[in-house]
Amino acid sequence: MSKKVLVLGETRAGQLRNVSFEAVAAGKTAAQGGEVIGVLIGDAVSSLAEEMIQHGADRVLTVEDEKLGQYTSDGFAQALMAVIEQEQPDGILFGHTALGKDLSPKIAAKLNTGLISDATAINEENGEIVFTRPIYSGKAFEKVVVEDGLLFATVRPNNIEPLQKDETRSGDVSSVSASIKDLRTIIQDVVRKSTDGVDLSEAKVIIAGGRGVKSEEGFQPLKELADVLGGAVGASRGACDADYCDYSLQIGQTGKVVTPDLYIACGISGAIQHLAGMSNSKVIVAINKDPEADIFKVADYGIVGDLFEVIPMLTEEFKKVKAGSL
Amino acid sequence: MNMYVLLKRTFDTEEKISISGGRIQEDGAEFIINPYDEYAVEEAIQLRDQHGGEVTVITVGSDESEKQLRTALAMGADKAVLINSEEDLDDGDQYTTAKILTEYLKDKEVDLILAGNVAIDGGSGQVGPRVAEGLGIPYVTTITDIEVNGSDVSVTRDVEGDSEKIKTSLPLLVTCQQGLNEPRYPSLPGIMKAKKKPLEELELDDLDLEEDDVASKTKTIDMYMPPEKAAGRVLEGDLSDQVKELATLLRSEAKVI
Repeated sequence: MSKKVLVLGETRAGQLRNVSFEAVAAGKTAAQGGEVIGVLIGDAVSSLAEEMIQHGADRVLTVEDEKLGQYTSDGFAQALMAVIEQEQPDGILFGHTALGKDLSPKIAAKLNTGLISDATAINEENGEIVFTRPIYSGKAFEKVVVEDGLLFATVRPNNIEPLQKDETRSGDVSSVSASIKDLRTIIQDVVRKSTDGVDLSEAKVIIAGGRGVKSEEGFQPLKELADVLGGAVGASRGACDADYCDYSLQIGQTGKVVTPDLYIACGISGAIQHLAGMSNSKVIVAINKDPEADIFKVADYGIVGDLFEVIPMLTEEFKKVKAGSL
Repeated sequence: MNMYVLLKRTFDTEEKISISGGRIQEDGAEFIINPYDEYAVEEAIQLRDQHGGEVTVITVGSDESEKQLRTALAMGADKAVLINSEEDLDDGDQYTTAKILTEYLKDKEVDLILAGNVAIDGGSGQVGPRVAEGLGIPYVTTITDIEVNGSDVSVTRDVEGDSEKIKTSLPLLVTCQQGLNEPRYPSLPGIMKAKKKPLEELELDDLDLEEDDVASKTKTIDMYMPPEKAAGRVLEGDLSDQVKELATLLRSEAKVI
């Protein structure tokens, strides 16, 4: 039952995002021995095709148009539909990113198909492709299959292991033409808030602050630690509601659900709504003055102490560790 | 402006989840308006107060969803529609819900549809964009600001922490992100008034839909709880020793740095 599966490659600042390689790996499983076709959409993306092939795509199709330089749902849908019409795939996979979340339901509606969003695993069970996805923000999980029609899913960043890059792989790269017109939403400006460029959903390390951070300035030591570890800064709802930081940093059942390799919770009590957003992180460290805080129940390692004392010490220690590992 | 708000009844965020017989246990749980849908209700009320018009809240669910619709009416929405699919459908997916909503909305005069960007239970975030596509209107997801001027609309959209300023026009569907507004609590007079506001109840039959038209395209074959985490280690000793120990543990035991 080998299948033909399209995988949308997504770029950020001119580079392919990791989640696209993870989606290619998922595509390999979904294809069951069939073909994985990378799809690149943009104003100049064909130079990235080779990298997709090296990460496991069998061939790559590009759709290039100056109107595709910035993502719009109309433009990208027109481009992708041209590819779908040409290839008639059995499956489609996206990353569950801002773009993937925005575009996938539109394509599913156009094709009148189902869509399994935010999958954290894909497996073949008795010949059937089964997706695992969190529900109730990770308080529980479900296994979902497609009953009828196209195998269409988005995969959550940081959960599916990408394939080893193989620079000897080669494959065909060809372009698909699409007429991109009548865009009904026009992007006038983009204000970048995430200065360090590490996005929460893809970050391998997250340093999160709660009410214990006490102020906007209180986040500074957390930022310094995040810089040393190449991570991103997040926050609990308490910290956001108190205006210590922007809502875009919020992790929890309302807010982002994250699964980094390392999550360091600083001055976060561990309300159930926060735990839902981070408890599936691989390793959790809790730093809190209150030894009874619920966050210690989910933490792998805990330090009872004042975060303003502990964090700078940790930053220094990690600097030493990092320097020693070079 | 004629506005519709797509609303879902969900578990309270403070509820613990348990599973029995492959289903989420609902007995005794508190239910709320999906928090992201609350932003949609609030924004619609504010836009109506500014531009005039009418706000209709609409949900696909069961009798029990009436409570959340009444709450939205108490906040200030004008009318509510409950599409009761309980008797016709055992299980639906996002395709099902979007199809039903699209069918209801297709012959309505719609200027603006507002929805939450995701529901905190199923977490798919599909229904809004699917409905917009079904109706053939544009959509903007995860908005943190909206200004309407005649038929011109300026929207700010949260994209993984960045903000996109977007120009578009009515008719339009938007999905709401945290930071858009601060939803109001229903006032006592609001709650009294809500009891008398119109709440229309429909079934699939009333929309000329058969069960087969909306049959789900995906199927949940299992539900389970994540494995319980074993209790972790709280470090002891001098703070400076703890910090050193932690760095070593993360490096050699957990191997995450």
